[in-house]
This record gives sequence, structure tokens and C-alpha cells, in this order.
Amino acid sequence: MSDRFSFARLLAVVIKELRQLRRDRLTYGMIIGIPTLQLILFGYAINMDVRHLPAAVVDQAQTQTSRQVVEELQQSRVFNFNRALHHAGTGEAMLRRGEVKAVLIIPADFERRLQGQRPPLQLIVDGSDQVVQQAARQIAQFPLRGTTTTASVEVLPYYNPHRNAPLNTVPGLIGVILTMTMVMFTAIALVREREQGNLEFLITTPLSSAELTLGKVLPFVAIGLIQTSLVLLLGKWIFQVPVRGSPLELYLAALLFIIASLALGIFISTLVRSQFQAIQAAIFTFLPQILLSGFMFPYEGMPKAAQWIAEVLPLTHFIRLARGIMLRGAGLDDLWPELLALAVFAAALLVVAVARVHKRLD
Amino acid sequence: MSTDNAIETHDLTRRFGDFTAVDHLNLSVPRGQVYGFLGPNGCGKSTTIRMLCGLLLPSEGDIRVLDLDIPKQAEALKRRAGYMTQTFSLYRDLTVRENLEFVARLFGLSRQRTRQRVEELCHRYQLEALASQLAGTLSGGQKQRLALATAVLNQPELLFLDEPTSAVDPQSRRDFWDELFALTDAGTTLLVSTHYMDEAERCHQLAILQRGRLMAQGSPERLKADVGATPLLVVTAAPRKAQTVLQALDGVRSCAQIGASLRVLVTSPDQLPAVRDALRKEGIEGKVDITDVNLEDVFVAATHGHTEGAS
Repeated sequence: MSDRFSFARLLAVVIKELRQLRRDRLTYGMIIGIPTLQLILFGYAINMDVRHLPAAVVDQAQTQTSRQVVEELQQSRVFNFNRALHHAGTGEAMLRRGEVKAVLIIPADFERRLQGQRPPLQLIVDGSDQVVQQAARQIAQFPLRGTTTTASVEVLPYYNPHRNAPLNTVPGLIGVILTMTMVMFTAIALVREREQGNLEFLITTPLSSAELTLGKVLPFVAIGLIQTSLVLLLGKWIFQVPVRGSPLELYLAALLFIIASLALGIFISTLVRSQFQAIQAAIFTFLPQILLSGFMFPYEGMPKAAQWIAEVLPLTHFIRLARGIMLRGAGLDDLWPELLALAVFAAALLVVAVARVHKRLD
Repeated sequence: MSTDNAIETHDLTRRFGDFTAVDHLNLSVPRGQVYGFLGPNGCGKSTTIRMLCGLLLPSEGDIRVLDLDIPKQAEALKRRAGYMTQTFSLYRDLTVRENLEFVARLFGLSRQRTRQRVEELCHRYQLEALASQLAGTLSGGQKQRLALATAVLNQPELLFLDEPTSAVDPQSRRDFWDELFALTDAGTTLLVSTHYMDEAERCHQLAILQRGRLMAQGSPERLKADVGATPLLVVTAAPRKAQTVLQALDGVRSCAQIGASLRVLVTSPDQLPAVRDALRKEGIEGKVDITDVNLEDVFVAATHGHTEGAS
């Protein structure tokens, strides 16, 4: 590569890439379709307004007031207390078998508790089900007449003591969608040049590997930013997910994350021989990111080894940035270590990836 | 090395693991001519072309192309040489014009020059009506014209063509060769690989390759004169039986049925009576005569003994 880097040739590749993209209906659809579909699926799965969940009630007080409370809770139509039991143990067994989603326990000292500090009601819910947790949280706000306690219902989420706030999902979802689409699109796009024989011709032109690679991924940077905006807008519009911090900083984080993901895609493309292998390899990098980044399971709950792995995954850092900026209103002055990690990752992968793109056939 | 030659190689060798694809090849390709690589599939034609372009590194040997040291000066060669790949290597989801524009940009042509050159090439290679059509929807002959147009877009001094007519009908092939000669008229050197005898016949110079080795090199006329074998034409009612008999006969290098006759390659014209005797002895009636040498005889004579010896 004796020639200097040429922006004219880079531009030639970008123009070609955009022209091809315009005709590629499937990719086109995926750019818009994947974020929309995922946001709606994940969003509604969490925010779904549940009704008539099967529930049991263990009324150990058996007073006028306790019967009235059950009646009022029933009216909220979230839970359907159609099973009256005598022992809390029976309720727990039913919960375990999945016959009911929640068990309401009214202790024998219910009347006394109404005047005291301890919550007068206890709702045991199936914590393995996010929808139920959400519903239970509504019940927890239920106003009880004649009580002095602020928390009227004590919610005990079984099976999942670490509750996921629903808002946590959308910031993380930006990262998940970007990982999924950016890595796969780039890997496929570059392998396709080789698979369809285009590379053999390109090598005989003055085009350098850096110009080719950058030219091919630049349009995806724009696409990544469009996807980010799409998720943010839909998130705000449908689920009222706020951006409490600076949008500019959020986009900066997204940009770095996009570059890191594209570099990973380029790297994959240098290892595989066909588009099919590229997809497989992309999924291979995608799964640990989704599982370990804190998107699905809380980072704090993972064993040490998993935490170490999580630290070297770009998605982990991006999710922390996105949640911090969007939900806690944090700025980069707080979060700069995460941004730095992302920048280092992007730069290192980009260097390795471009160096691996050969300009010969052997 | 002489500057009269566009390409010179010395002991050019390429190995893939234990397999030697190109074996100590010494070539001299004169400027301004059509030079043909003739050989069966897997004989090292494509590997040699790729090494000459600088796409593959040689395991051993020296290459000089247009007075450039290859692979060291391969980048400089890219501006002066064109390459038409064996399989269609342009973008199927771009139109004819978009493909040409893309390549023009890669070579750094100005906007105005690009427009002018694309017009020119579309006109010369009858692509005007197809300019807005996606390359993937073109016929074999049309794709090949587009590939040639992009290969010559930068007006190369040297053009490599790797089996350019393998997916094309006979009429398109003839037209295509007319275009190639038009290029040599303008001073371009062409290196064409093929396994068609009629195409090889059109070349100014030929190299016959087998198993990576150069078996013969020269003009078709020269190669025919130096063939070192005599073709006989046997016209008989029982060609298949005659073939069995003759293949067992000493001095017979090859025996191929062509319609109702047999083409027999013998080591010398003195073999004629022996062939007639052998047929008569088996009761096969037929007419045996010496015939003109064709390029297939040259190819068979150059490669046949080695095929048997090696397998």
C-alpha cells in the first residue's frame, strides 16, 4: 500500500455502499424493524397492564375490616382472590406449583398492626415473573383506611429478590440492539465482498484495505445513530422513558459503542469465510454480552469470574453509561471511567481489525 | 531483462502446502500481443495470473511485469494493469453505470472524466441500453462485456483475462475476441487463459501448461510445426473397435473418436503402414491417411505422456 489514504476512494466506497443498501430491502427493514420490534416486545412485556392474576388469600384475622380489605383489593382487578386458604404454607405450595401468582396473608393481629408500625398485610408474589412483580408494586400503594403506617402492604417477591426496575430495560435495549445489528451487519457486509468475488477485483484496483473497510462501515455509524434515536423516541413516546442527563453525552457514548461494535464486526469478518459463519460468530459474541452485561441479570449478583468477563465486554460499559445518563441524570464527569473503557476497547479492536484485513488472497 | 517483454518470469513457483500449483515457470510475454495460457482446469493458470498481478505471493522465483518488480511494486502495477476475473466480480446489486462509476472513482477520475469515460465504454461495449439495469440481471455475454469495460476503464497497458469466455455463447465469444484484438491494435498487451482450442488458435503466442509446468511455448504455427508427432485420420465403419485395437499399438500417442472417424496421433509418419496392418489383421475396413496438425494435437502431444506417467 504505497498510496496515501485517499478520501476520494473512501467516498467512492461509501456511495457504493449506500446505493447497495437502498436496494437491500431486508437490511433496510431490519434497521428500522429490529429496534421497533424489540422495544415494543421488551417494553410491553414489562409495562403490560395485568388483570385478574390468580391469587389466594389466607385470612387469619377474620374480622369485618379484613374481609373489607380483600373485597377492595379484589375491586382493583389486578388480582383475583378466588382461593381462600387457612394456612400460609398451603399458599406457598400453590405458588411454587404456579397455581397462583400471589398469596395475600392477613395476619391474626391485623387490627393491631393497622395502628402500629408493621405493615398490616403481606403479599407473597411469584418474583420469577416480572409482570407479577409490577402488579404487586401497584398493590403496595393501596391505601388502607384507618392506618397510620405508610407501607400498608409488605411485598415479598419470592424467587427474585433483586427487583429490576422496568426503566432499566430501555437504556440497556439501545445497547443490545446496537450490538445485534452493528456486529452482524458489518461482518456480513465485509464477508459478502469476498464471498461474491468482489474482493478479487477490488484488490487489483488502487483501493486500500483501510479505505475499503472504513468506507463499508461508515454508513453503519449513521445507521447506528438512527437506531439509537429511534429507540429513544419510541421509548419516550410509548413508555415515557426519560433522558435526564445530557443527550449529547448519551450520543457520544452511543457513538463510541457503535465504533466498538463495528470494529468487532470487522474483526469477525477477517476470521470467517462465509456470510453464514459471520452470522454464527456474531451470535457467539452477542450472547455473552446480553447475558453478562447486566442487561438481563444484575452485575452484582454474578460470580467474580463472570464479573471479570463482563468488564471486558463493551456492552457492560455502555449499559452503565446509558442507565446513568438517562435515568440517574449522571454526567460524564461521573461516568468517565466507563467512557474511557469503551474508547480503549473501540480503538484497540479497530486497530487489530484493520490490520487483519489483507489485501492479498493468501 | 529486456524491456520488449511485458512479462518475464524466472523459475516462478507457488506451493499450497504439499501441492505445487506452479512449478518453475519461465515465461516471456511480448508487448502488444495476445498471449494465451492453454491448459486443463487446475493446471496453474489462475494461480500464475494472480501471482503476476501481485494478488498471491510466489513461493520462489522472480517476476517482472511492465518493468516492475512484483510483488514488491504491485501497487504501482495496479494503475497500469487491468484484471478480468474468472467469475463475475462486480456488484450484482448495482446498475451497469453505477459499477463503472464506482471503478472510475477508485482510479481517481474526475467527475467530468468519469462521465465521459462511462459514456465511451457503454458505447464501445454495447451497454448503453443496459446502463440502468442491475448487473445481476445481465446475461452471460453482457456481464462479460461489463467486466471487460471495467477492466479497461483505466486504459491499462496490460490486461489479464482469466478464462473470460467460460460462461458465454459462441457468438458472444467471437464478438469478444474482436474487442480483444481492438485492444491490441491500441498497443495493449493481453494475457488470456483458456481451455478452448479455437481461442488458443487466435493468440499470437501460447504457453501450454500442465500441472504447473510449462510444456511448450511459442506461436500456434510454430508449435504445430514442432509438434514431433503425426496425426492420422482413420475413416471406418467400426471406429470404436478400431480405437481399442490402435490404443494397444506401439507408437500411438493418443486416439480420439470424432464422429465416424478416428484421430490418431503417432510418433512418426513411418507408423502409417503399421496402423494399416493392425486394422487389417483385426478385419476392420477403413481408410487411413496423414492429416494436418491442429492445436489439439499439439496440446495432446505436449501433455499426454505426462498425464499417463503421473497418474
